[in-house]
Amino acid sequence: MNPANYVLLSALLFSIGAIGVLVRRNAIIVFMSVELMLNAANLAFVAFARMNGNLDGQVVAFFVMVVAAAEVVVGLAIIVTIFRTRRSASIDEPNLLKY
Amino acid sequence: MTGGEVGTGEAIVFWVSGTLAVIGALGMVISRKAVHSALFIALTMVNLAILYVANSAPFLGMVQIIVYTGAVMMLFLFVLMVVGVDSSDSLIETIKGQRVAGLLLGIGFSILLIAGIGNGLMETSSVGLNAANSAQGGNVEGLAALMFGPYLIAFEVTAALLITAAMGAMILTHRERWMPKRTQRELSQDRFASGEHPGQLPPPGVYARHNAVDTPALLPDGSTSDLSIPEPLRAREDVRDVDHADIEEVRQLSGGSSSTEGEDR
Amino acid sequence: MTEIIPAEGIFGLLWVLIALPAVGAVILLFGGRRTNSWGPYLGVLTVVGSAVLGVLMLLAMMDQPAEQRTVVQNVYDWVFVGSFQASFALQLDQLSMVFVLLITIVGALIHIYSLGYMSHDPDRRKFFGYLNLFVAAMLILVLANNYLLLYVGWEGVGLASYLLIGFWQQKPTAAAAAKKAFIINRVGDVGLSLAIMLIFVTFGSITFQDVFGQASEASEGTLTAIGLLLLLAAAGKSAQFPLQAWLLDAMEGPTPVSALIHAATMVTAGVYLIARSNAIYDAAAWAATAVVVVGLITIFMGAIIGSAKDDIKKSLAGSTMSQIGYMVFAAGLGPIGYVFAIFHLLTHGVFKAGLFLGAGSVMHGMNDNVNMRRYGALKGVMVITFITFMAGYLAIIGIPPFSGFWSKDEIIHAAFERNWVIGAAAILAAGITGFYMTRMIAMTFFGKKRWEDDAHPHESPAVMTIPLIILAIGSTFLGMALLFWGNIEEWLEPVVGYESVPTPLPTSFYIAVTLVVVIIGAIIGWVMYARKDVPVEAPRGNALTRAARQDLYGDAVNDVLVVEPTYRTAQALTTFDTKAVDGFVNWTATFVGDLARRLRRSQSGFARSYALSMVGGALIVALALILVRL
Repeated sequence: MNPANYVLLSALLFSIGAIGVLVRRNAIIVFMSVELMLNAANLAFVAFARMNGNLDGQVVAFFVMVVAAAEVVVGLAIIVTIFRTRRSASIDEPNLLKY
Repeated sequence: MTGGEVGTGEAIVFWVSGTLAVIGALGMVISRKAVHSALFIALTMVNLAILYVANSAPFLGMVQIIVYTGAVMMLFLFVLMVVGVDSSDSLIETIKGQRVAGLLLGIGFSILLIAGIGNGLMETSSVGLNAANSAQGGNVEGLAALMFGPYLIAFEVTAALLITAAMGAMILTHRERWMPKRTQRELSQDRFASGEHPGQLPPPGVYARHNAVDTPALLPDGSTSDLSIPEPLRAREDVRDVDHADIEEVRQLSGGSSSTEGEDR
Repeated sequence: MTEIIPAEGIFGLLWVLIALPAVGAVILLFGGRRTNSWGPYLGVLTVVGSAVLGVLMLLAMMDQPAEQRTVVQNVYDWVFVGSFQASFALQLDQLSMVFVLLITIVGALIHIYSLGYMSHDPDRRKFFGYLNLFVAAMLILVLANNYLLLYVGWEGVGLASYLLIGFWQQKPTAAAAAKKAFIINRVGDVGLSLAIMLIFVTFGSITFQDVFGQASEASEGTLTAIGLLLLLAAAGKSAQFPLQAWLLDAMEGPTPVSALIHAATMVTAGVYLIARSNAIYDAAAWAATAVVVVGLITIFMGAIIGSAKDDIKKSLAGSTMSQIGYMVFAAGLGPIGYVFAIFHLLTHGVFKAGLFLGAGSVMHGMNDNVNMRRYGALKGVMVITFITFMAGYLAIIGIPPFSGFWSKDEIIHAAFERNWVIGAAAILAAGITGFYMTRMIAMTFFGKKRWEDDAHPHESPAVMTIPLIILAIGSTFLGMALLFWGNIEEWLEPVVGYESVPTPLPTSFYIAVTLVVVIIGAIIGWVMYARKDVPVEAPRGNALTRAARQDLYGDAVNDVLVVEPTYRTAQALTTFDTKAVDGFVNWTATFVGDLARRLRRSQSGFARSYALSMVGGALIVALALILVRL
């Protein structure tokens, strides 16, 4: 087996996450899908680090995790704020900014 | 630790954990209930942690479990509790064609990615991280050497980012108090000022014979009090009559005189 | 060439001549209501001051020998751009001198007359401001030493004329007449500006001294072009054919304005321009011939129109056209005629001003009625007006010894010196003059009363009759004075040149023929309008009369040749503009608008839609990358 399979798995997970973002309407699940996409990217980084034989990829994956954590904090705060005013977690509800 | 090539043991780990990760991901997308989705993605993340470890990244594997399954997913669950555990998507799609288009695009994208990666990477050989990990004495030491060496500035900036994010979350969720908090005294005054019955209503009448909510309480003068009957029963006029004989009987049982009524109650 | 001497002594005050009325105009026009009470008197004083100064300058000039009478004063350097140099420089020579005197003295008399004539007008101050403005501009015109400054005065008098014709702008006819005068004058002004440009290109200078000094060096074609353009300018300002249509309508202005601007001074500016540019016309024979033809046509047009109009002012306006035609005609004859053109201009300026003021006096007594068919038998009621009017009448038809006789006779004589055909035409026109002027006095002062019921004719106040008397004296004696005492040929000869050609017949013969023709014309007029009763309603008349009442179809010709084509072109262009130009622009805007209206639907506000398009874009990029790799 080739380590490239990890990258294939990462592509598969990334696509599933993308579908989740596009299809689901619950803002929290959309957010989870985004997290899934980030994790898939991390997996690719880790696999590439191994294939290239240096640790830079792992460092970048680490940074991605940190940034993802920050993003989750802010994103969830926004979801909570929106929920407070609109009593709904649907991502289609806040659609006033349009034509 | 593993070298460049994937051995049989690792292959087994890959297929098992990889399958579970995909199942978790699909389950996350498919589940109607948000809590199920959260549990499914936790499954994916744990399996990803296993795969990290298999990929000579034990530190990242640990961080994955601690940060994602431990912290991030818990945060998700907290928010789910705030938003409502039971909230589930309605089946009606608001945007016309979004579901079909999203599925088609996602599947097309995955085919394209997998085809491209397969085409580009399947022939490449893998170097492996044994040399890199052992250079500084281990994986963690190697990462630390990079992080506090070439990536120091990026590392510091992420620290600032985290602080900012925490501040942002606090500001976003902060609720400004528009009026001073009301004291117990003010609440009490309001209660009496409203003109409603300020205290407890009389309980239903309780006698030796009858111990039911449809029996009105007796007032000291012997009459009955409507207030002691729950409103629905009163509306249905489902109130038991209290005849005088009963009152006399009670009096006799208590052995009191009948000249004054209810004085010794 | 005469030598040019710088302005010294009294001539150092040359600029004051212009400054006085200019300051008067500024004070009156910008002073507002507080000048209402004394403003008109200030306006009169400034012009009288200029007149006194002019007379002093005349006396000073007469002391100088003939070669040293051209005085130039550079007031300030005006436009100095590269080789183009135009100073605000004033030149006083014999020609300018006579104009200065005509403008200031006649102007002063008319200002005084206006004190009475306009006494009841609420806008008297404005009227005198405009009159002062006119006098200042006219003095700039005649005192300029270069064509550009002359153009300033030219436009200034045009503006003043416009403002004064439309002085009663509440009357739609007056407003329209003002616009008509302005627009037709623009045509002539374009000719003048083109002439100035051509002069600068040809001679490299625009001062009179340089241009006339080099005139003989330029090619005849260029000079002819300049001459024709100057003729166009003169025709516009002096109401000559084919730009004559505005003068009759200009009678909508107050009568003093008609007397000063549209009889005595401004309309003669064209004659001044031609006489001043004599060096150019002397070298361009065709242009001079065109001047003669234009003058001759206008003599007859004016005379015929004057014979048919019942409106006393319009009849006089036709007469003015005709008399200016005489001047232009004389100016076109060349060195034998310039002097007499100016001579006739001076005498005409005086007697026509007198006639107009007389007509104004009559109107003043007749409730501003201008219809001569409603006059009649006024000679007993308005004695002074009648006598002064008769002086003007005898002067204009050319009865000796009245002033018009001398000047017109000299023009006719000069015409015979050139060609007996045009001479005969000039005599015939003099006969028509006799006819229509007799008709005018017969209808106005003789015959029976045909007054309106509410008309109470009376003599005008002294402030109006005194100018009339002075002008009547001028009408009577000015011709003789200028010819015998002032020796006008010799006076003007250094500026415009003079020569005399012997004629086949003795001078007395032409005088006799002219007098006979004039008297025949006068008798016909007398028989037709004094012996017979004049109907109050105008009879239909023959074809020529009807045409003359329509100003010989001048307006109709203008309509057909200019107004209608311009209007149709403008309409076509408007249609093109709205349909094609605007259409294209609007179509583009509509197209973009429609596109935007459709495209903006994609901005649905749904984050997931945006995400979908993002994924679609990523898909395309990935596909492109893979395709490139393959």
